[in-house]
Amino acid sequence: MFLNQFLFLAAILFCIGVYGVLTRKNGVLVLMSIELILNAVNINLVAFGSFNQDIAGQVFALFIIAVAAAEVGVGLAIVLLIYRNRRSIDVSEADLLQG
Amino acid sequence: MTSLGILAAEMTNTEVWVTNSFFLAIAAVSILAALKMVTTDNVVHAALYLLIVLAAVAAVYVILGAEFAAATQILVYIGAIMVLLLFGVMLTRAQIGSETDLDHDQKWIGALISVVLAAVMGYSLWEAFSDAKLPDNRVPQGTEAVADSIFGIYIVPFEAISVLLLAALIGAVVVARRD
Repeated sequence: MFLNQFLFLAAILFCIGVYGVLTRKNGVLVLMSIELILNAVNINLVAFGSFNQDIAGQVFALFIIAVAAAEVGVGLAIVLLIYRNRRSIDVSEADLLQG
Repeated sequence: MTSLGILAAEMTNTEVWVTNSFFLAIAAVSILAALKMVTTDNVVHAALYLLIVLAAVAAVYVILGAEFAAATQILVYIGAIMVLLLFGVMLTRAQIGSETDLDHDQKWIGALISVVLAAVMGYSLWEAFSDAKLPDNRVPQGTEAVADSIFGIYIVPFEAISVLLLAALIGAVVVARRD
């Protein structure tokens, strides 16, 4: 088993997630793509933990899972608030800060 | 000796061959599901494709011997976060079915950026780790070791995560509350 096969899988999933974040307009779909990116990073952490025979990789992956849960909770609350105020969750329409 | 040559030599070992076949199948499924997730025009289908990717990542954890991370992945991601995302779909838009206006017009810029990113990361990974192999005598990192570690040297980050989750919970309730 090569380390690289896991790292390449993680890199490909990461790039697909970046594509999703950049192209999607629906706020919920952007959040889903962010979950994809976080999962790709977790694969890296667990793979290096197995490579070095160190438990720290898995522990950090667990921390990232907990942070992702917090992130998606707050993110969805924000998306709901945008929907309630503007009747749309199109993130490209949320441009009040643009002059 | 090139990596592919080592890989061919390794393929004679039955156990490694079986593990690698499983890995290739899981990787293909997860990449296809991820691609469908970012291109489909149905929000609920996108959530279900994300479910496939999350399950495949849990399977990758099992291959790597990280059993507790795999169990947590299934409990937290597939059990909780997926339901939360589907709630988000339900609360923001009643329409279940195909929609036309989910993507930006300049999709090719995003595609260009991610392809360039993939090329850069792939090249640097190939340069840095092309000969790195997982140790043959590696032992699965079981739940007991994870517990010893979390409640040992990582106790302070663990408590910080607990406070962060509480803060995020209260914050989400406050932000989404109807006044």
